[in-house]
Amino acid sequence: MTSLLQVQDLVKYYASSGLFRGGDPPVRAVDGVSFEVMRGETLALVGESGCGKSSVGRTVIRLQEPTSGRVVFEDNDVFALDRKSLRRLRRRMQIIFQDPYSSLNPRMTVGAAIAEGIEIHRLAVGAEIGRRVGALLEEVGLDPGYARRYPHEFSGGQRQRIGIARALAVEPSFIVCDEPVSALDVSVQAQVLNLLADLQRDRGLAYLFIAHDLAVVRQIARRVAVMYLGRIVESGPTEPLLSNPRHPYTVALRSAVPEPDPGRKHARIVLSGDLPSPSKPPPGCPFHTRCWHPARDERCRIEVPLLRPVEETFAACHYAELTPAAEALAEA
Amino acid sequence: MTRVLDVRDLSVSFPAADGRRFHPVDGVSLTLDRGETLALVGESGCGKSLTSLALLRLVPAPGRVDAGSVIRLGDTDVLALKGEALRRIRGRRIGMIFQDPMTSLNPVFTAGDQIAEGIRAHFRVSKSEARARALRLLEEVGIPDPEERLDAYPHQLSGGMRQRVMIAIALAAEPEILVADEPTTALDVTVQAQILEVLDRLRRSRGMAVLLITHDLGIVAGRADRVAVMYAGQIVEEAGTAELFAHPSHPYTQGLFASVPRITGPLRRLTPIRGTVPPPTEWPSGCRFRPRCPQAFDKSVLAPELMPVGPGHRMRCWLAEEPAAQVELSRRSG
Repeated sequence: MTSLLQVQDLVKYYASSGLFRGGDPPVRAVDGVSFEVMRGETLALVGESGCGKSSVGRTVIRLQEPTSGRVVFEDNDVFALDRKSLRRLRRRMQIIFQDPYSSLNPRMTVGAAIAEGIEIHRLAVGAEIGRRVGALLEEVGLDPGYARRYPHEFSGGQRQRIGIARALAVEPSFIVCDEPVSALDVSVQAQVLNLLADLQRDRGLAYLFIAHDLAVVRQIARRVAVMYLGRIVESGPTEPLLSNPRHPYTVALRSAVPEPDPGRKHARIVLSGDLPSPSKPPPGCPFHTRCWHPARDERCRIEVPLLRPVEETFAACHYAELTPAAEALAEA
Repeated sequence: MTRVLDVRDLSVSFPAADGRRFHPVDGVSLTLDRGETLALVGESGCGKSLTSLALLRLVPAPGRVDAGSVIRLGDTDVLALKGEALRRIRGRRIGMIFQDPMTSLNPVFTAGDQIAEGIRAHFRVSKSEARARALRLLEEVGIPDPEERLDAYPHQLSGGMRQRVMIAIALAAEPEILVADEPTTALDVTVQAQILEVLDRLRRSRGMAVLLITHDLGIVAGRADRVAVMYAGQIVEEAGTAELFAHPSHPYTQGLFASVPRITGPLRRLTPIRGTVPPPTEWPSGCRFRPRCPQAFDKSVLAPELMPVGPGHRMRCWLAEEPAAQVELSRRSG
């Protein structure tokens, strides 16, 4: 596999704003994140609200300007591009959102919305545009006749298909999928997950799949990066990361997944307290204020752990070798 | 077992544009015993939330609970209540928590004020006594630094803390039944685990009955004693939790299970249910799942009743009559 996207030390801070917040420190949404996405593969970015996963997604395709860092996509230095070259590159990198309705213009027919990208990038002219729109609707499992309808006439699952068709229209090699199935009912969620898998196989697409649901992630991604307070705390191949997590946060996240199996007595690690504010992250290990690791000590409060190889994954924990499984804790 | 809630043939209707009425809840029967958790499971638009609102006579206008419906809370006929008597059961007999605590909390009052308000609405106690009880409730729902949080405004609390405050408000009136409508859907998975622990602990310590309304089969597996699956305004399958998960029998329930991605076990392509849920104005005649059902057959054009398929297990599907199902039934009961 060849490399498609390289992200190095990405940082995105948001200035605190508002009437009473002038002197507050900035919100450190993304605080030094590095990863790579290969052609045709899915990397999942997982974490809870406020961990910075969506900010990463938006910044790597430069929907937002970064604070610092470097992103290379198909040999282009994304943050160094001028407007014109950036626009050309946007053809190759697309995004789909959790709520496709908010990204569709309610006064534009579905066909016009899908055709927009084709026209802007001059990928086709005349009757060929309509033909392509019809083919795209078919590819995402919708009736080509829907091109004449408006977004409000569709269900949530159908709108997500329209959002996908719109992203595909400009023939991208990479799509940021920002919680694309989180708002859908389970039966519809399964349809969209299968569609994304089929499109990847047929078109060789790469996805950065942003999600909070580990079971969904297991279904779609072969590699996972877990984020906490703006940093990647663990990354690696999906199966070992889920079956033998080395970072205590990954262990907690994994153990919190409710399983549809009443016979399975699984150990839950219930984290105490709340997520610290990303404008005042704790010193040392960002997770130390909620950590349950039996070996945690003074060092965790002072020294920031770096992401390093431990068994089959990379984990940012000083004591990753000693991390017990959730089951072992429950038995003790 | 003490029966605390008995709902029979509950139907809720709304006027359609053509002047007729349609029924988003259509003939739902369910019971709740003291200390029991019943999960009402289904996807958007199946009628599960409207069912729970009807229990408190909170169906929004122009909707109404239809004649012939029965809702009994112990000895109380809920549908016969008026005015003050109706107000007294809301909160006091049945408490309720919703998906989004922020929209149910008043932003200009502190958590303590809002809990104390609930206490004083139902019990004759002094302000200081109400505050002391509010503090105990915050402790009971597991809020750290409860004294400090008593004086916090909703915006100063995280999503998980707000949901705990909502639970404390619901508990303030010491209800026999707690209706929890997607109580953790808006919360992160680690916070969800915390809230579910709290609900479970309260059910055990107070003997409260819980009606858990959810779309998430994973939550049901760990928490509910019994499950009722709803589709298109009707209960289509009901059983004890272990029985339902071991032998999901209605093709819709089977479809739901095949659609859910798993965190363990062999990785396989998901098998979605084809099509989408029709809106309540367009429910098909006969079996309502028929147009999407891979096992539909000639008899599906007739509307099935709930029929037995196992111990304490019933489904609304003609397949329950098939010889194969009957053999399975006799084998398992014998």
